[in-house]
Amino acid sequence: MDILIGRYRNLVILVGVLFLQVLGLATQVKRAGGNDAEHTRLIRIWVVGAITPFERGVMWIENGAGGLFHNYIYLRGVRAENRELKAQIEQMRLEQVRLSEDAAQARRLQTLLAFKEQFISRTVAAQVIGSSGSDLSRVLYIDKGENAGIKRDMAVMTADGIVGKVLVVYPSVSQILVINDQSSGVGAMLEKTRLQGVLRGSASGEIMLERVMSDEQVPVGETVLTSGGDQIFPKGLPVGTVAKVGNGKDLFLNITVKPAADLSKLEEVLVLVEKQEKQATADDSKSTRASDILAQRLPSVPEKPAASAVLAPGTTSGSTTGVAAKPAAANAGSKPVATPNTAGAQAPKNPAGTPSSGAGLKPEGSKSTPANTSANRPPNQSLSQSPRSSVNQSPSTAPSTAPSTAPATAPKVVKPSVPASTAPPDDGTSPH
Amino acid sequence: MGRVLTSVPITYTSGEQVEVYRFSFPVTVGVPLLALFVQAFIPLRFPRFAVYFDLPLLVTIFFAMARRSPISGLLTGAMIGLAQDMLGHNPIGLYGIAKTVVGYGASSLGVKLDVENAGARFLVTLGFYLVHAAVYFTVAHALVNLTLTWSWPYGILAGMANAFVGVGLYFLLDKFKQRT
Repeated sequence: MDILIGRYRNLVILVGVLFLQVLGLATQVKRAGGNDAEHTRLIRIWVVGAITPFERGVMWIENGAGGLFHNYIYLRGVRAENRELKAQIEQMRLEQVRLSEDAAQARRLQTLLAFKEQFISRTVAAQVIGSSGSDLSRVLYIDKGENAGIKRDMAVMTADGIVGKVLVVYPSVSQILVINDQSSGVGAMLEKTRLQGVLRGSASGEIMLERVMSDEQVPVGETVLTSGGDQIFPKGLPVGTVAKVGNGKDLFLNITVKPAADLSKLEEVLVLVEKQEKQATADDSKSTRASDILAQRLPSVPEKPAASAVLAPGTTSGSTTGVAAKPAAANAGSKPVATPNTAGAQAPKNPAGTPSSGAGLKPEGSKSTPANTSANRPPNQSLSQSPRSSVNQSPSTAPSTAPSTAPATAPKVVKPSVPASTAPPDDGTSPH
Repeated sequence: MGRVLTSVPITYTSGEQVEVYRFSFPVTVGVPLLALFVQAFIPLRFPRFAVYFDLPLLVTIFFAMARRSPISGLLTGAMIGLAQDMLGHNPIGLYGIAKTVVGYGASSLGVKLDVENAGARFLVTLGFYLVHAAVYFTVAHALVNLTLTWSWPYGILAGMANAFVGVGLYFLLDKFKQRT
């Protein structure tokens, strides 16, 4: 045996080393389905710690030398001003994207209810200092990490479009998974057709929009935006444009997307460190007819039939059994009180856009009166909630729209929720 | 025991003709680290660099061929490959396994062949680039379930590009060789 091992010593060691690595590989795959950057963080940090200081140093020298020439020798001050203006443009473009998307959203939200929207509230600018050095692992390293408030799964973008997400965070460096990596996935949608899909990278570095049915018409050149469905990228950020459309497998289209941001030449990126989540508010400017207001104030007038009601997204029928609550005026400054039949009346997709403390319940501290609420409610949306709750507006509960003069001690009455389209704008005092 | 001694494999180059080299510690550690750094940094300026070139592989082949010790070669390959894995986000071991095989193969070949001239180095590098790609592809496909596509034209083109760069790099690194 010794002779055998001695004779094939090299081969035995080779097999042993390979076996250990295969074992390690198998352990990692088993742990995290192939992506175990977090589990092997300690091991990775050695190499990252050894390589990134050099990269940071080279970037510093490059920037220093370049800055010296451009700022003091070439055109003093102009570069700095230009950089400031560019930063301003970046911010404005982001704002523009948000506003245009917001406007389109407002129109759609007249029918869609209980919708949460994310806004970019704080970003951290970072410099790209390195890559994995392999086309099989499309990751980048930036010079900001945990110390700068960066956390895993934060969105990374430029003014042109999204770049990727934070994959691993080290104290002063972060690893970014670029959207053209084959393990990347981003919720995306087409700007005009509003078709949604999943954006994935491929082995060749192309970005594909998957899960769009082949019977849909997708024009080349259409803009692709983030859909917000991945909970990483806020909705409406530019992703790119449709470059090629072909038939894929399983009745889905093969859509190639050209990224808006130049992923091969990234120097500075923005990391979205803080998102603000707001309840969407629809346009308040929609006029309300006086007759409708009157009709709603009159207790004897029944509500419109449920047939015209628009089902809130995700609303499940039978979720409500009717809600009884004190009129808002009576509840101003006090906790809402629900009658026993509120069981199961939580209405998860509250059409009013009010907190889910109970459908139709006015939140604590609400200042609006029933009259005001009714007055703000367009007639065609007064029943814009689940059909079940509309059915509950039986004549016996018709006094749901109690007169504005209802006393503070008025009995509990059924009152439909305020549709999102009439919800007050979020001015900080709103319960949203 | 006598049988073992007489069973030394027949080499194309006699033992006297083959020189075994060693390297100082700074070179042993510094050159692979520099290769990793350059490999990670240059794609920021020249994105296609990472698609075609693999400097850590070239360094592995050079050290393995110069030392002519299979164990040293496979360990060098394993270390460099694992370090390369750590820079990416794929599971650690893909490059490690591929470069271990290359390190072992290159050093074993270095024992048998004279790999000092440019032509031999070019061919050896081209061959080992393909071996490396094949091992990586197999492991990534079979063990990690990564979606990769094998392309002969790309493999040969990239192999030739690496061989071309490798020949120049080897002559540069020859300066650090120390005779044993």
